[in-house]
Amino acid sequence: MSESPSQPAGAPRRTALDALHRALGATMTDFAGWDMPLRYASEREEHQAVRTRAGLFDLSHMGEIAVTGPQAGELLDFALVGHLSALAVGRARYTMICAADGGILDDLIVYRLGEQEFMIVANASNAQIVLDAVTERAAGFDAAVRDDRDAYALLAVQGPESPGILKSLTDADLDGLKYYAGLPGTVAGVPALIARTGYTGEDGFELFVAPADAEALWQALTEAGRAAGLVPCGLSCRDTLRLEAGMPLYGHELTTALTPFDAGLGRVVKFDKPGDFVGRQALTVAAEKAAATPPRKLVGLVAQGRRVPRAGYPVTDGSGAVIGEVTSGAPSPTLGVPVAMAYVDAAHAAPGTAGVAVDIRGAQEPHEVVALPFYKRER
Amino acid sequence: MSINPEQLRYSKEHEWVSAPADGVATVGITSHAADALGDVVFVQLPEAGSTVTAGETCGELESTKSVSDLYSPVTGEVTEVNQDVVDDPSLVNSAPFAGGWLFKVRESEEAADLLTSAEYDAFVAG
Repeated sequence: MSESPSQPAGAPRRTALDALHRALGATMTDFAGWDMPLRYASEREEHQAVRTRAGLFDLSHMGEIAVTGPQAGELLDFALVGHLSALAVGRARYTMICAADGGILDDLIVYRLGEQEFMIVANASNAQIVLDAVTERAAGFDAAVRDDRDAYALLAVQGPESPGILKSLTDADLDGLKYYAGLPGTVAGVPALIARTGYTGEDGFELFVAPADAEALWQALTEAGRAAGLVPCGLSCRDTLRLEAGMPLYGHELTTALTPFDAGLGRVVKFDKPGDFVGRQALTVAAEKAAATPPRKLVGLVAQGRRVPRAGYPVTDGSGAVIGEVTSGAPSPTLGVPVAMAYVDAAHAAPGTAGVAVDIRGAQEPHEVVALPFYKRER
Repeated sequence: MSINPEQLRYSKEHEWVSAPADGVATVGITSHAADALGDVVFVQLPEAGSTVTAGETCGELESTKSVSDLYSPVTGEVTEVNQDVVDDPSLVNSAPFAGGWLFKVRESEEAADLLTSAEYDAFVAG
């Protein structure tokens, strides 16, 4: 990974908004090699701001990779599990990249910016792995793969007030911008790729801009959002927001040991697309296995008590026999009780299954099995 | 000026202890600890009548991101727990040195190894 000259090798990377976060008094945390805001004040208040008003996030740690050229679409069809050549210009798609054995290397959002131009957005922790894999898989295709991680800062405005806030700063047609679409435009005088995407379960936008423009855009959004109650938000509330929305997080619900079918996300694998793709054979087997003998299923758990189920805690049948494992857990600000996502044996995975517990540091704490997500916004 | 009150004593586990009144000291966690935890959502305290031992765990604090053991900074019998903080754990964040106190202990032995506010300031500044 490239290091900017001002930072010693090995030190966490800082985003273009670093000084601003510190001036705002953010509690910072090391996340995938980046020094990122964890929270500015109360993470529960930040969470509620996004659910009811609007929140502003710095997501510049996310990894952008450009894929361009006459066969850019064909390359992505081969390298990823989705059918990206069929994506319309201006639209985005949630997809995954798998190893030859079907294991998930990362989950991604791919934007089609032009006939011959795509942008992959990878998780910070996996960006180098994705870049290396796509580069290797590009052999023989008339397409170029470019590391664009340093080309962008990424700001997100999320929450029900976000369309109004953004409208006051841009002439772009936001009403015509559907969920999972993106268009180039200008926001507060700053050139930006405006995408209607997010990771919070709310309506919202992600703005890809040049790092040099990030601070001016942050200030303009802060000013424009003041009356609507927009607050700066850290990664802590982003995690509880995505958990309530039932969205997987790589390293928790998704790992190289799991296929998309294991994760209940087999729908992202497009077997009927033209040509071969990396992982097809293994994923065909995984799909049949998932249909015939369902493995553990990803479920929601709602705590009956107040202690919080955390990632890695065993899920039991109440007598202590292990039937699964918690992958993410936190106190849910919206529900007011602790919730978790967990992989649970199929026999215990039906909503309402009796007797399910989480072993919280030795005590069998009863939990209710529920369907995901925990929270769905009203549209 | 320090945010850690001068009249309190402090443990390296970030608890504070008041000067005993009629032999009973009040225990809480410092604002430094509360800030590090983030929003506290659940506190499990020792039961009134139980015995706590300095340096040993006697409960736990759950925040959004993590769970932390609560260590008793003193040895003795628990005479009272703060039911307000059990019902509303956010008091630990909003008033760690006041309404967010955790429990009271009748000290059975002299507390050792506790820090003054100046020493705790230096310890936290590390």
